[in-house]
Amino acid sequence: MASNGKSSERQRIAQQRLRIIAGHLRKQEEADHIEIAAQECKAESSRTDTAKPNSVPKRRQEIMKWNGWGYSDSKFLFNKKGQAEFTGKRYRLSGLILPSLKEWFEGTFGANLQHKSPAAAALNAGAVPPPNLSESFVEELKATDIPFSHDAEDRVFRSHGHCLHEIFGLREGQYGRCPDMVVWPNCHIDVVKIVELACKHNVCLMPYGGGTSVSSALECPPEETRSIVSLDTSQMNQILWIDEKNLTAHVEAGIIGQDLERLLNESGYCTGHEPDSMEFSSLGGWVATRASGMKKNIYGNIEDLVVHIKMVTPRGVIEKSCQGPRMSTGPDVHHFILGSEGTLGVVTEVTMKIRPVPEYQKYGSVVFPNFQQGVACLREVAKQRCAPASIRLMDNEQFQFGHALKPQVSSMFTSFLDGLKKFYITKFKGFDPQQLCVATLLFEGDREKVLQHEKQVYDIAAKFGGLAAGEDNGQRGYMLTFVIAYLRDLGMDYYVMGESFETSVPWDRVLDLCRNVKERIVRECKEKGVQFPPLSTCRVTQTYDSGACVYFYFAFNYRGLSDPLNVYLQVEHAAREEILANGGSLSHHHGVGKLRKEWMQDAVSSVGLGMLKSVKEYVDPDNIFGNRNLL
Amino acid sequence: METLVWTCTEKTPEPGVFSDMLEERRRTSDLSYALKSYSPQPYKGHPPSSARALHQAVMDSQYLRYITQEIATESREPVEVIREEASGILEEMSHNLQLSVIRLLGYTLNKVFKSVFRRILVNEDGLNRLQQAIQEHPVILMPNHRSYVDFLVLSYILFTYDLPLPVIAAGIPLMGMKLIGELLRRSGAFFIRRTIGADKLYWAVLSEYVRTIVRTGSAPVEFYVEGLRSRTLKSLNPKLGMMHMVLEPFFKGEVYDISLVPISVSYDRLLEESLLAHELLGVPKPKETTMGLLKARKVLEDDYGSMHVCFGQPISVRELAKGRITRSQYNLVPRDLPQKPSEEIQAFVSVVAHGMVRLQERDTVLSPWSLMALILLQNPEGLALVTLTQRTAWLRGLVLKFGAHLDWPAQVSDEEVMSSSMSLHRSMVGCEGARVFLLEAPAPGGEASVSPEAAVFRRAAVVLMCASYRNQVLHVFVRPALVAVAMATTPSTRKEDVFTNFKFLQELFSNEFVFVPGMAAQDFEEGCLLLVKCEALQTSDQQLVRTEHGADTTSCLQAILQPFLQTYQVVFNYLTKDSALVFTERQYIPAVRSYCLKLTLAGELPTCEALSSDTQKNVLNALLRMNAVTKTKVGDQSEFRVNKAAIQRIGDILAGRIPPQSAAFSRL
Repeated sequence: MASNGKSSERQRIAQQRLRIIAGHLRKQEEADHIEIAAQECKAESSRTDTAKPNSVPKRRQEIMKWNGWGYSDSKFLFNKKGQAEFTGKRYRLSGLILPSLKEWFEGTFGANLQHKSPAAAALNAGAVPPPNLSESFVEELKATDIPFSHDAEDRVFRSHGHCLHEIFGLREGQYGRCPDMVVWPNCHIDVVKIVELACKHNVCLMPYGGGTSVSSALECPPEETRSIVSLDTSQMNQILWIDEKNLTAHVEAGIIGQDLERLLNESGYCTGHEPDSMEFSSLGGWVATRASGMKKNIYGNIEDLVVHIKMVTPRGVIEKSCQGPRMSTGPDVHHFILGSEGTLGVVTEVTMKIRPVPEYQKYGSVVFPNFQQGVACLREVAKQRCAPASIRLMDNEQFQFGHALKPQVSSMFTSFLDGLKKFYITKFKGFDPQQLCVATLLFEGDREKVLQHEKQVYDIAAKFGGLAAGEDNGQRGYMLTFVIAYLRDLGMDYYVMGESFETSVPWDRVLDLCRNVKERIVRECKEKGVQFPPLSTCRVTQTYDSGACVYFYFAFNYRGLSDPLNVYLQVEHAAREEILANGGSLSHHHGVGKLRKEWMQDAVSSVGLGMLKSVKEYVDPDNIFGNRNLL
Repeated sequence: METLVWTCTEKTPEPGVFSDMLEERRRTSDLSYALKSYSPQPYKGHPPSSARALHQAVMDSQYLRYITQEIATESREPVEVIREEASGILEEMSHNLQLSVIRLLGYTLNKVFKSVFRRILVNEDGLNRLQQAIQEHPVILMPNHRSYVDFLVLSYILFTYDLPLPVIAAGIPLMGMKLIGELLRRSGAFFIRRTIGADKLYWAVLSEYVRTIVRTGSAPVEFYVEGLRSRTLKSLNPKLGMMHMVLEPFFKGEVYDISLVPISVSYDRLLEESLLAHELLGVPKPKETTMGLLKARKVLEDDYGSMHVCFGQPISVRELAKGRITRSQYNLVPRDLPQKPSEEIQAFVSVVAHGMVRLQERDTVLSPWSLMALILLQNPEGLALVTLTQRTAWLRGLVLKFGAHLDWPAQVSDEEVMSSSMSLHRSMVGCEGARVFLLEAPAPGGEASVSPEAAVFRRAAVVLMCASYRNQVLHVFVRPALVAVAMATTPSTRKEDVFTNFKFLQELFSNEFVFVPGMAAQDFEEGCLLLVKCEALQTSDQQLVRTEHGADTTSCLQAILQPFLQTYQVVFNYLTKDSALVFTERQYIPAVRSYCLKLTLAGELPTCEALSSDTQKNVLNALLRMNAVTKTKVGDQSEFRVNKAAIQRIGDILAGRIPPQSAAFSRL
């Protein structure tokens, strides 16, 4: 779901098919190219980085917001007529008017366009505390020629992830503890040098990939007195080689999702790993948090995708000696790395599985009379192990939310058709518009199989009262994922704050957990003095044999609250407690960071935590990787 | 949990204004009432599911599948047979709530209630709160049970006020009544066998049935947490099985919350008052038959004054469980599988059940007659009307100070209140000249009985009747009264020592009165504070000192407990001096009774109340709990073995002859 691909999905797929057909002709040429690329990396350390084809520059501030999500040129706003529009050119929604968003926004939150809560206009470098540099470290680092900076903007950009409280603070012009400097290694060897120096001079290293963390993982521990160095992997972004015989690619861990897919696509391949954050998140970050991709049903989650990991730790470099697809060599050491959240070292290079780009993709959607039926359908699909590349079930609130994002319809005919559809579903089929919910589907593969698969899934859906509701609804559902973070920024302009969080839970508890968590949020908000009922909504985003991943959004109008951030934090905390009490996990893919650390012992038992601690103790006795996540 | 830890020292929340729901009924015809429009707002907008759908859901449940399979394996019978059996149990149990029957019933009850009661007083605030609660969460209605009459009274009220009708847990004997059983079933009753014992299948069907109703919120569940109708009008210690069943869906996260609504029903005069007294004296209770009920029609022509129904504040189980229950304990086993409740859960269920009984007590509206009965019993030879009026008025002040609700008519002189109460209860109390005294019950069969034993019973019957009205008010006094007794039996005035004695008394009487487990210290504090409040006690520096001018209050409070203290000593005496070392359950009551009778005839029985089989059973249970009596199963009979020395010691402590050893009473 690359951002740049949506406007011309069909075209792109057609091109890919051509590429696959032409694939073997180009093979030789590509192999040469790869060799060159590998050599380039070696030479890279002394070169300036501007030559790299890279979506994220060293100076992130050139294209990205400092106090909000994503690209500076892309944002929602209410124009002078009070209509919502999405600026920029990058997304399918870009430049479009969203006529129903205002009504939805005001109706859902009791917000008012007259009541604005604008953010601080610009980053005030003067307000950023001066860096606490380790001079000896800086001296020796200079000698290595690895680029670094202690510019205030660079530091602020790497001082946070995208938790609500982090962004909210920035909007208010509060910067908190920032890393004291930023280094940009260009390859594995650079990282080895940096880690050695950090150990030698006892400075604290915090790896930084795409900066999309939502677990407070990038927050500098306030108690840290040493100099904190943010190790930004963004310049380690090359595909070092592609092995077409074994279908693997060896990639530098700083590469971000959209670049990885784009570059692999050029060779006719893909990883199929598409977490919602893939526009900005990095391969190393995926490994460090145990990321999950939207299409994991076909491609697997990150732990299924990695074949080999190279990580630099204070003890040295850890890696396996071969690329066997499975090993019985004691506990899998990869699993010490996967989910280690930057506490043990820096992942520098990863070999991961690749697949030929699928010939055919098709979106779809199914409307169910209620959430219960929808969950039952997803459960059945999981049971029959016939889940499409992606299958997601949105609850009613999210369905309505999705509708609010419909762009202006260009013709009378379309709006007539929409009306007809609505009539058919609500009047003819008797679905209650306040109850119905929708599942979005994405099928992938060769055309014939996709169509077959599609029929199988729609047949199952029919058994649970589901009606096929078209490709358009499906696609819009996935689009929502990419723009939701932008929408949060819009909300914050009008006294609305919100957050998303996730969990995984056995099938039999999905409904109970969803209902209880949603209700808990509503009640907690009410108790804490929130005047208008919050938006409290969920969707089932992944299916597994024995359970599902559930994703929640909640947002509320904080006007009139004296300490909205604290209210928000308490509600989020309560929601997590509710999840745990209902048999949900601490996290499915966001990770623990510092935000959920307090529950870690309960989650894995004290022995479990002790095991993890002893690994940390061995690998990093001086706590060089001192972000204090997880443990 | 604080909501359940009600103490009289706090201001009791007012139940709100009571209004007479019969008033409007008297103005309109019964028929138009029965045919009135009825469209209640159900839970979360879900219409109630049909009885058949409920049956199906229970039979299809994973839980029942598992249990039937397990039983089939154990008994080596085909699983179909077991499932057939389960379906049969469910058939026997299921309610079949039908609106048409409710209308019919509404018609009938309307007629009956209008003729029997002057007023049915209901707090409409409570009903409004209930209406709110019903829409938000599954609701459990938890009334006390004092009369046959109140079995359907909640359905009647809810129908009248356009609220969803409850399904009601009832004892199987009710079902046995021809026609009536079916009528009750169609009015929403579901039937539970009295003794389930170790019948695994029965437990499984019942618990799944109850849980399904709660889980789906298809109807409010009404059940008597006391388990049965109180024969003494005292609150009974709660039964925990049903309580656990209704709470389980919350524990397991199947519902967001559950609202428990305590409901206190009280009567000026009870329809079955004499029946109850005779039952306590060992005159066997008539089987609940349709004929019996028809015969009771004569009873319906009498005047029974007012009935009060107080709908309490809905209690959120989620609030109660906060910080006490780790719901995640259910995470590792499928929730559909049977699981023995953890100690934490058991303790919680027990505290909630006891707490609910206390809330029922708190909201009970008392009638002046309860206070009069208390005084009359303290003056077995009768007393002057003036004195009675004076004492009752004094007691009224005390009761109000202790935070109870009293239905004392305003704008009426105390004398009029006395005379109207006495006229309502003229079967119990007589007034000649200016003297008021308790009557004797009419002899059964009408002829004047000659045997002295029969005469004793006739007198005792009225005493026990009168005692049951007094019992309604006991919960108001019991804590300060126990403190007063403990102070009287403690040589020192140190608070700590008095508390030790208090704990002993509470342990001994915990079958007699309802105390929330694990709250002895709070109960003691509450008792002390109330005594301070009525100026009978001063506390300073860990010393408890009785005040001079509070002597009247203190002695009155002590006197309230006297009948119980005396009865316990009588039974102790019997067990240590007269009884065999080993006896069966069946032998116990008749033996104690004849011992008491013997004492009475010799003029040595300190109180007629010792003849109450209820108290006699409570003594045995207290001794069992305190390990002074041990119980063994011999065949299908229980055998009791008496430890005379231990009982002697308990008796001595009770009399204040030796101090209690606090360690011996571990329960509190």
